Amino acid sequence: MQPIVVDNIVMKYRVKKTVVDALKGISFSVDKGEIFGIIGPDGAGKTSLFRILTTLLLAESGEASVDGFDVVKDFIDIRNRVGYMPGRFSLYQDLSVQENLEFFATIFNTSIEENYDLVKDIYIQIEPFKTRRAGQLSGGMKQKLALCCALIHKPSVLFLDEPTTGVDAVSRKEFWEMLHRLKEQEITILVSTPYMDEASLCDRVALLQKGEILSVNTPKGIISEFKKPLWAVKANDMFRLMNAIKEDPSVESCYPFGQHHHVVFKSAENGKEKLGQIAQKGNFSQVEITSIEPNIEDCFMALMKE
Amino acid sequence: MEKEKVITAKELTKRFGDFTAVDKITFDVEKGEIFGFLGANGAGKTTAMRMLCGLSLPTSGTATVAGLDVYKQNELIKKRIGYMSQKFSLYEDLTIRENIRFYAGIYGLRDDKIKEKTNILLKQLNLEGQEKTLVRDLPLGWKQKLSFSIAIVHDPAIVFLDEPTGGVDPITRREFWSLIYEASAKGITVFVTTHYMDEAEYCNRVTIMVDGRIDALDSPANLMKEYDTTSMDGVFLQLARKAVRKGD
Amino acid sequence: MKQFLIFIKKEWLHIWRDRRTLVILIWMPVVQILLYGFALTTEVKNSNIAIFDQSRDEATTTISDEIAASRYFSLVQNVYSYNEIGETFRKGKIRMAVVFPRNFRYDLLHANHAQIQLIADASDPNTANTLTNYATSIINDYQQTLNPGEDQPYTINTQTRMLYNPELKGAYSFVPGVMALVLMLVCAMMTSIAIVKEKEEGTMEILLVSPVKPFLIIIAKTIPYLFVSMLNVACILLLSVFVLDVPLVGSLWLLIAESTLFTITSLSLGILISNGAKTQRAAQLASMMSLFLPTLLFSGFLFPVENMPVSLQVISNIVPAKWFYIIVKNIMIKGLGFSYVWKETLVLVGMTVLLLGISVKNFKIRLA
Repeated sequence: MQPIVVDNIVMKYRVKKTVVDALKGISFSVDKGEIFGIIGPDGAGKTSLFRILTTLLLAESGEASVDGFDVVKDFIDIRNRVGYMPGRFSLYQDLSVQENLEFFATIFNTSIEENYDLVKDIYIQIEPFKTRRAGQLSGGMKQKLALCCALIHKPSVLFLDEPTTGVDAVSRKEFWEMLHRLKEQEITILVSTPYMDEASLCDRVALLQKGEILSVNTPKGIISEFKKPLWAVKANDMFRLMNAIKEDPSVESCYPFGQHHHVVFKSAENGKEKLGQIAQKGNFSQVEITSIEPNIEDCFMALMKE
Repeated sequence: MEKEKVITAKELTKRFGDFTAVDKITFDVEKGEIFGFLGANGAGKTTAMRMLCGLSLPTSGTATVAGLDVYKQNELIKKRIGYMSQKFSLYEDLTIRENIRFYAGIYGLRDDKIKEKTNILLKQLNLEGQEKTLVRDLPLGWKQKLSFSIAIVHDPAIVFLDEPTGGVDPITRREFWSLIYEASAKGITVFVTTHYMDEAEYCNRVTIMVDGRIDALDSPANLMKEYDTTSMDGVFLQLARKAVRKGD
Repeated sequence: MKQFLIFIKKEWLHIWRDRRTLVILIWMPVVQILLYGFALTTEVKNSNIAIFDQSRDEATTTISDEIAASRYFSLVQNVYSYNEIGETFRKGKIRMAVVFPRNFRYDLLHANHAQIQLIADASDPNTANTLTNYATSIINDYQQTLNPGEDQPYTINTQTRMLYNPELKGAYSFVPGVMALVLMLVCAMMTSIAIVKEKEEGTMEILLVSPVKPFLIIIAKTIPYLFVSMLNVACILLLSVFVLDVPLVGSLWLLIAESTLFTITSLSLGILISNGAKTQRAAQLASMMSLFLPTLLFSGFLFPVENMPVSLQVISNIVPAKWFYIIVKNIMIKGLGFSYVWKETLVLVGMTVLLLGISVKNFKIRLA
């Protein structure tokens, strides 16, 4: 029995007179002990999906189950056993670290001592501040506390909705390291994020855009789905270069990627040669052309356009 | 040929009582440069930017923005710069046209110029015929692009962007950066702070602030070579880990 | 059980750590009682008057002295013509003028009747009425002294007795009113705000996705406010009895029991409001509009309900404060026992059960 099974979930919102399709028929499943990422920008439908799976919202149609329990009929069972960290790390701002943790432990009919081993690695980082009010913690520390509170009752499935948004880069990295250590406890983790680079830190991911799944696969698998060769090109005037490349009819896409532009051609031709020609025609200097492996973002954008 | 310097800062410092938010930073920005200002929250980025925008007087040190002194001419500075941030948005219950008119009017553009600018802007963003749409009804990506375009409607010398891109999809984010490239090509200097390390790579040069000081100032390529890593993320992590001040 | 206790502990910490609001909650009833008791009163005292005495004989001077000496009046001017009277009224210097005609005493003793004219500023009709009544009663007293013990044909003597409140002190009616108001405010508004705060901050989401029963969440939120309300009731009673000299004639325990009942009614209202409100602002506004104002207007302590048009009287019946006001007055001022308030108590119990039932049933266990 898979811990999370989602079957053709459809979700709509009514905003004044218009109907918004938040989820347009989503299906996927998560295996035990997996870190499964839902990757997508704002408005993709991540939070709606999480709320349906944690039984906070009713889907328009479709079915889903968590640990074998149906999200509609058996919602009480699900609420008793999962851990949930909604966006904005909902904590009690005027309660201290210790008081928050104690509260969440008790309402799940357990105590801090009982499952201390589970959260120890994370908790010792915030323990020096245990009497400080949650509202006065930094973003990274709030994140750690919220994770402890979600874990303290040893849930079988953990739902983390955008836990790294708005947090500094160092804390983000530490957070993912903590998640990987949780895998050893066989806790299934469903995590959502708008940061494409975090996709490679998951076991498998689902790319979500405007309520539709673009692809479900391991990070490596997603990259292998990218069939066409990818070229990185750099020159002295990047803006003019981009326009020059885009004007060429044989180019399928050209996106800026920081120091380089990533270029895909419509048909299988020698991209390097073609790019060289374009560069020469435009009198560009300091030209560098390399063949590169696509990353998740390249794949996401290619899938978006399909 | 030495390029004109639009921002100069020498030992710029800001203290709040005992606390030194910005600690003797020194740097220059050239005309048309895309200059990235990175650092964790609490490192002093926002305070530094406020001083350059004429919003806050420095405690010591000197700085000029568009040739104007930040101590004596800070009101004049505000006229020559543009500003955009995620927090500061357009008025959601006004139309696109009304927003343009409002902000252009604040910067002193004449009516006929406003009309001209409106048409150019709409064409550039592919929003022709949509000027009567309420900003509230635009998708987030469009709001961002519109916000940026309005921030430079008065052709400022420099535009300050404070964490301008939020959680939009990657294609829209790149369309946004294309607008920035275009502005830079026109000679507008772009001063941008961002959380997304990969965006730092769009910049001509970046600085990384740690504990109020500038700990790195160079082009992304050089920094990645110096710290032996293939991404700005890697550079940042090495520097930020040294930080004493825990931010956010 | 442990769940329940830690919930209450948390709610108590929230209230305790919001020092500013806590201070307001405890001090507000004190301030209100003192204000109403001392400063605001419907009694009319020390009203400025003028006397136009055209006789200046023994009778007129005696009556004038009596009137001036009364604590209801303050003689500010003696006038000497009708024009002057008009002018003094226009300038707003006086509220009433007493006019004695010429030959007052002579007419009284020889023609067996004399007239005194009282002119009052009726732009405030209630005050004008009260003042003329006071003056008339003083004049009647004087009349009595002129005819001591004599048997007069067909005289009717009206003897008025002001029951329960012989000195006609306004505080007697205000104290029960303020109690109702304060309890409404503290319980209903604060509770609804506390519940909606969880929704606004996003912690409600986590509470819902947990073993906690929704019913528990509601009850735990109300208990600390129940406690604060009882503290408030104690404060109000202490102040009223020892500072304002309002008597507590009836049973203290019955009063406390009824107050607890009314508190629970208010709490239920608060819960009902919180079900609908999405933001704390909305909860606050809804509480103000639907609880505070109706209580102020329809409970009867500021304006007598019997004087209102029938349609509004009917509306006043659904305002819980109206029934509570009657109960408190009966117990505190009139000293009556349960047998005289059981009807009103029943109404309150009915309302509470209904409100609790609806609000618990409507409590959203999902976000939409």
